[in-house]
Amino acid sequence: MRLKAISLCMPLLLAACASSSEEPKTASAKPSGSSTEPENPYPSTYAPYPGVPTAIRGATILDGEGGRIERGVVFLSGGKITAVGGPDTPIPADVAVFDGTGKYVTPGIIDIHSHLGDYPSPSVDALSDGNEATSPVTADVWAEHSIWPQDPGFSRALVNGGVTSLQILPGSANLFGGRGVTLKNVPARTQQGMKFPGAPYSLKMACGENPKRVYGAKGRQPSTRMGNIAVDRQTWIKARAYQIKRAANKEQMRDLAMETLADVLEGKILVHNHCYRADEMANVIDMSKEFGYKVTAFHHAVESYKIADLLKQNGICSAMWADWYGFKMESYDGIRENIPLVQNAGACAIVHSDDENGIQRLNQEASKARAAGKRMGIDIPEEVAWEWLSYNPAKAMGIADQTGSLKVGKMADVVLWNGNPFSIYTRPERVWIDGALMYDANDPKRRPVSDFELGQIGAGDTK
Amino acid sequence: MMRRPLALFASVVALSFVTAPVSAQTIAITGGKLAIGDGSEPIDNGTVVIVNGKVVAAGAGVAVPAGAQRIDATGQWVTPGIMSGFSRVGLVEVEAVGETEDSEAPKSPFSAAIDVAPAVNPLVNPVAINRTSGVTRAVVVPSAGASIFAGQGAIIDLGADMNAITQARAFQYVELGEAGADKAGGSRAAAQLMFRTLLGEAQDYARNPAAYDGRSKDNLLLRADAKALVPVVQGKVPLLVHVERSADILSVIALREEFAALKIVLVGASEGWRVAPQIAAARIPVIAAGLTDLPSSFEKLAATQSNVGRMMEAGVLVALGLTEGNDAVQLRWAMQQAGNMVALQKIPGATGLSWGQAFRTITSAPAEALGVGDRLGSLRAGRVGDVVIWDGDPLELSSAATAVFIDGKQQPLENRQTKLRDRYAIPAPGTLPKAYDH
Repeated sequence: MRLKAISLCMPLLLAACASSSEEPKTASAKPSGSSTEPENPYPSTYAPYPGVPTAIRGATILDGEGGRIERGVVFLSGGKITAVGGPDTPIPADVAVFDGTGKYVTPGIIDIHSHLGDYPSPSVDALSDGNEATSPVTADVWAEHSIWPQDPGFSRALVNGGVTSLQILPGSANLFGGRGVTLKNVPARTQQGMKFPGAPYSLKMACGENPKRVYGAKGRQPSTRMGNIAVDRQTWIKARAYQIKRAANKEQMRDLAMETLADVLEGKILVHNHCYRADEMANVIDMSKEFGYKVTAFHHAVESYKIADLLKQNGICSAMWADWYGFKMESYDGIRENIPLVQNAGACAIVHSDDENGIQRLNQEASKARAAGKRMGIDIPEEVAWEWLSYNPAKAMGIADQTGSLKVGKMADVVLWNGNPFSIYTRPERVWIDGALMYDANDPKRRPVSDFELGQIGAGDTK
Repeated sequence: MMRRPLALFASVVALSFVTAPVSAQTIAITGGKLAIGDGSEPIDNGTVVIVNGKVVAAGAGVAVPAGAQRIDATGQWVTPGIMSGFSRVGLVEVEAVGETEDSEAPKSPFSAAIDVAPAVNPLVNPVAINRTSGVTRAVVVPSAGASIFAGQGAIIDLGADMNAITQARAFQYVELGEAGADKAGGSRAAAQLMFRTLLGEAQDYARNPAAYDGRSKDNLLLRADAKALVPVVQGKVPLLVHVERSADILSVIALREEFAALKIVLVGASEGWRVAPQIAAARIPVIAAGLTDLPSSFEKLAATQSNVGRMMEAGVLVALGLTEGNDAVQLRWAMQQAGNMVALQKIPGATGLSWGQAFRTITSAPAEALGVGDRLGSLRAGRVGDVVIWDGDPLELSSAATAVFIDGKQQPLENRQTKLRDRYAIPAPGTLPKAYDH
């Protein structure tokens, strides 16, 4: 029963809130040396499941971008949001209508920091694939190649958490952990079947205790925080040289790690940097300027409140827990007002889980943070706090043009809650992903059961 | 959103910090929504009377004694303090900083004899942080080191003084599931054999202490460990047994065929709902995590959040605790755990708890599970004066404690975190560095 959080699975994410959504590498294949860098070699095969035109009326709508409508109407059709408005919004005939009176409708929750599939349940060595802890620089690995789609954690995140998209990151044992991937929270036989079409890739980086502990214990660099930064810088020097050569179409041997880092330097891959302490985040910000890349978000970021002004200035998001502290030295200064203080400074705040249990209750985390803010005089309305759960993570993952808020034309990733989702007594009642009803609390057949659980005791139970 | 935050922790109760000795003091808290903590539902306009640090009366229509210090809790909630049924608070400052971690001793030659009480430090920051959130008592459990037996745990209070120990050597703790198998040499069969053998040695010791020859010939137990297991095998102190899977739970219940006096308390029991009637029939209490719903190991395949509700429906006494980690620092999650149990009532097919039942799991149920329900955990007459006033429903995420009493004494609600909050309410330094802001 030792705290899992102190293990290497805690990645450090750095995402910039305001990052534009770059297209994933598409057309221009880059000629490089003995072979050509392929475009998108593990493409998404996700396709939305069929849905029926659906209207929810009478609910309180939090649109994910700070908007709130009482007794509103949300209309979904063709997998998209087709109308959002007040009580008078017309509802076409012959559509499924749900009465949302006394309930809330929100965009699906987006967890920017998850290891589901890479550190799945059951947590046995044979399935533990989240940290390639054999070198501090493993920019060559891709988290998607570790994903076990049968992780029952995906279904819990859906039915208890209302999570519709999530970013799976490598762990934080390494300075350069590898590529992260964004998924739709829809069960599939393969990871490709879950992959969010067109979402940009991310690079997971880590500062602080984990890399120096893991490699210091092996008697190699880095064994200190200065070692961390030195190895980082040396790696960026190499990456820049590779990127310059690649951009000039010069002959060079393909190098998987360098391909990822070159894409970071060209702004195509978003950097998510695990970092707890304020002083270390400041070092990373300077390093990013030295080498010409952008940190999209700092993950965990328990000390963001100490430098919220600096984070705002640099347009960097903080992905945070509501109240974790004290589980390791670099989390010692965690406070419950971290999220509201970041918000109050005008910087980008995100609620994240990094945890297969926490991902089931991200709305509760946002509520705790909001309450802590209110007690110190920072009164953040519910509709603004919801940005922490959907729109801000969507921005930092480069998918905000497609999901993360209830705007016409966006993916119909929607949760109907059976009450106010800032209350402890509220749970998802229905969840739609791309307009398809993927969870219905009233219908046991709309509750996914993974292969792993099928035929086991408790399969299909309410969890 | 650039409002200037007010760096103040609004204490709704205008109470001066009580510094007088507890003796000869009468406090009456009136007008609040009152929960007793015994499973009953809260009542409006209740009164709690505390005399000399003990509850003498709580309920509607309770008279306020003459000369009592009156505290008006109108518009607020009044409840017993929260009690964690499973924690390591006081034994740890920072969980991953080994030097500050006193819950586990894998290199010690001792096991069952280890007594956490002298290692409890009331001044670790997590004590103050959790006290601020309304946690007033905790079951403090040692972690098993080299042996299946972890040692003797304590019940403590979280008061701002140096007298933390409510009861030392309050129970023994043993691992008999996956972890127990590992410590016993590799299998559950070996763990069961180890358990039976060691308790047998404790019986030998009890029969003739002078003749007991620790760890020689056939004996595996050191004298001190054998001695510590005597009250366990005689049923004088509870034995907390950590198992998760349903088959293991039945094996634990069966141990009483050989050791009839054992006062077993199950810890974890993620699959308890599968054998709830048997647990109830054996009158064995359970300390569970509540929200465990993933098959995080093969011994938790049937885990569900309905576990607690289903066990209670079968008549099992269930307390909540941090049996899944964060046990040294996040006792304040108890209210969230319990509130989620209430939320399940609205989920078709799930088994939730009423508010009163849920609140009981974090107040009187832990006390009763440990056999101290006559002294702690509720606001029934005769219990310690641990009372919390809240600015709303204590299970709700938006609520906070506004006043905390332990043994009738009002507690400070400041801690290191509130000071960091106030220092960084505005992040940039002013005319002097932040280090001068204190």
